[in-house]
Amino acid sequence: MTEDVLVSGSLRNRLAMILTGGAAVLAIVIFVVVRGYAAQIAQEGQDNILSASVSSILDAAVLRDGMVELDFPYASLSMLSTAADDRVFYAIYEDGVLLSGYAGLDMPQPGQTDEKTFASLQYDGATVRVATGTRILIGADVPRQVSVSVAQTQDALSETLNRISRNVAVFGAGFFALSTALSFWATSTTIGQLSRLTNSVTRRGPQDLSPFRKPVPSEMVPLVGSLNSLMSRLDQSLKQSEDFIAEAAHRMRTPLATVRSNAEATFQRVENPENRNSLRSMMRAIDECSRAAGQLLDHAMVTFRAENLDRETVDLEEMLRELVLRMTPVAELRDVALHLEGGVPALLTGDPVLLQNAFRNLIDNALKYAPPDTTIVIRVHNDPTLAVDVLDRGPGFPPDEIDLLAGRFVRGSDTKGRIGSGLGLTIAQDVVLAHGGALVLSNRSEGGACATLQF
Amino acid sequence: MRYFAVLILALLPVIGQAQVWEDRKVFGAATAPRNLQILSSTDTSFFAPIIESFIAQRADLSVEYLVTGTAELDDVFRQNPDRFDVVISSAMDLQLKLANDGLAQRLDGLSHPEWAQWRSSLFAFTTEPAAIVINNAAFAGLPVPATRQDLIEVLRANADIFEGKVGTYDVRQSGLGYLFATQDARASETFWRLMEVIGSLDAQLYCCSGDMIDDLARGRILVAYNVLGSYARARAETADMLTVILPSDFPTTMMRTALVSKATSEPALAEAFVGHLIDLQSAGAAEDFPLPSLGAFQDTTGRSSISLEPALMTYLDRLKRQTFIREWESAIIQGP
Repeated sequence: MTEDVLVSGSLRNRLAMILTGGAAVLAIVIFVVVRGYAAQIAQEGQDNILSASVSSILDAAVLRDGMVELDFPYASLSMLSTAADDRVFYAIYEDGVLLSGYAGLDMPQPGQTDEKTFASLQYDGATVRVATGTRILIGADVPRQVSVSVAQTQDALSETLNRISRNVAVFGAGFFALSTALSFWATSTTIGQLSRLTNSVTRRGPQDLSPFRKPVPSEMVPLVGSLNSLMSRLDQSLKQSEDFIAEAAHRMRTPLATVRSNAEATFQRVENPENRNSLRSMMRAIDECSRAAGQLLDHAMVTFRAENLDRETVDLEEMLRELVLRMTPVAELRDVALHLEGGVPALLTGDPVLLQNAFRNLIDNALKYAPPDTTIVIRVHNDPTLAVDVLDRGPGFPPDEIDLLAGRFVRGSDTKGRIGSGLGLTIAQDVVLAHGGALVLSNRSEGGACATLQF
Repeated sequence: MRYFAVLILALLPVIGQAQVWEDRKVFGAATAPRNLQILSSTDTSFFAPIIESFIAQRADLSVEYLVTGTAELDDVFRQNPDRFDVVISSAMDLQLKLANDGLAQRLDGLSHPEWAQWRSSLFAFTTEPAAIVINNAAFAGLPVPATRQDLIEVLRANADIFEGKVGTYDVRQSGLGYLFATQDARASETFWRLMEVIGSLDAQLYCCSGDMIDDLARGRILVAYNVLGSYARARAETADMLTVILPSDFPTTMMRTALVSKATSEPALAEAFVGHLIDLQSAGAAEDFPLPSLGAFQDTTGRSSISLEPALMTYLDRLKRQTFIREWESAIIQGP
């Protein structure tokens, strides 16, 4: 049935997509933010060292005989040593004129004193970070402004950043993997509830239209509620139509019996062979009709009782002996013998009315197909389980239809001219299913049909 | 930069004439299709076996080996960086500045200890301590100085013997002399007292270690301060008259360095030569590599060398240099 349902997406996929997509976005955000933060901190570290270097050079500036002298310590540049051996540039200006060092570095902005300025720029084919500081020297005549710029390439910084990026990327990937695993777990837990409901619907018997009683998550309550109400409506309309059929069959039986006895009386009276023939076929049609009505009634009764079995201990052999006795007159009319084989303990807990009905239908069926001067064998045995075989010498079941024959109103293709409604095997099957058994149809190797009720 | 411009101007008369080399030697066939120009401050005798073993594997190669002083080497190279393929010098500060100024090629194919290289472009391949070399005959009956302080005391107590007989580098001319002097001054005030004493004895000033050792051997001077130990040892082994003393108070140990010019026309060959150099020094066989290897003074005495770091450029600063030279002059040149 599921192949008829139109599929639009998958809840599981949608949930998993949303959760893993969210995790991916989060992982990327974490990567970008942490890397940005690390870059900022690393840059601050480099700026601090450059700033310290500038300060130590500025501190060494003195005026001697009106000349600026700058005997800066070894540590000023020594502190700029890095693992990546970054290149170092510096420039010392006096009132904007290069005094010493590398030309073309950041020109100091006049007027700024205590504050140090930082800039990233290109110098000699490399990106450098420049720190610039300024100091005013008060001499005898005019104040002198000494500015110092110290620059450093960023190889060590980018090595550090690459290392941090790698670590953060690993961390982000780990976070993503963990979130994905969690999202799959969450998804399957959620979908699991739906699967459980599906299973309990699928496992139900074909007649079971009772409401669901197992607890379900609150989100699924509306679905289960509608399902329950749909099933109860279905159950009701099914019962109504069965009642209707049973009622109709019941009402037809009495008038049919009257028509049958009148037809038979007329048949005795008329002598014209043409009239006798038409009366005979009329009677056969009436028989067929009343038999169908009877079976419809039986079927309705079986359907009703199967839901509330009237259980008691039944001796199958006893029951069958009685049934055979009762049906022997009918069998003798067709020159067919009924023979019961038993002798094994055949006690069963079940509904005697239903069981009798099932056996009667099977024997009735066998009688219909059995040729004259043959014996129908009813055999009770318990190998491997308790079972009753009804064996005849008729044409057997058509092999290609053998699986379909127990369906309602299905008749074999070879039943032309025989009375029957197609309900006999259905009734036998419903009864044996209600008792937890099965109906097995087969053909005997020596010819004839074998219908077995296994309990 | 202006400092160099001034220096270049000062040296123009020298350069204006044809370049005068201290030594110049071509190894291999002069007609060889490929040619490697090596600019060096190291005497040819030390490098001959190294270059010969290099060209032995390369038949199509000739090597021109050009020798000049450390300070002049720096100027010559800055003027024509495309003329030379490999630059070798003992003046670590000038070499580091060349690399810092982007004139050196990165050689990422070479593996070398972190402390012995800078930016994969400047490679140290020797360790050579600055030494005190004395004339044994002059010190007969005098205590042999083990430290700079001992030397000060001996010189002071025997001014009559040593007057005009003490030699050291002229730091204004020699890049290596300037490096040794500035590193000494960094390490201890003793340096300045020693300079005062040497100055009071009418110091003889030299451009190069070789000249100083020649004069020592001839008896023109009796003591030399801050001579390259490696050069002195090369002579002391043949002449019993000299003793090489490595001061035990604090060492000043230089590492000779090599770089490949960024403008080289033979980058692969030049890199191979530097690789050959550092391979030979680690193999350490004296006949293949006559200079003291990197490990020679590192592990035995725990002496640490001057480290390769940007701080080496400190004393190359124009103002710093001006101040240092002035102080040095006032100590060493004491008018009569």
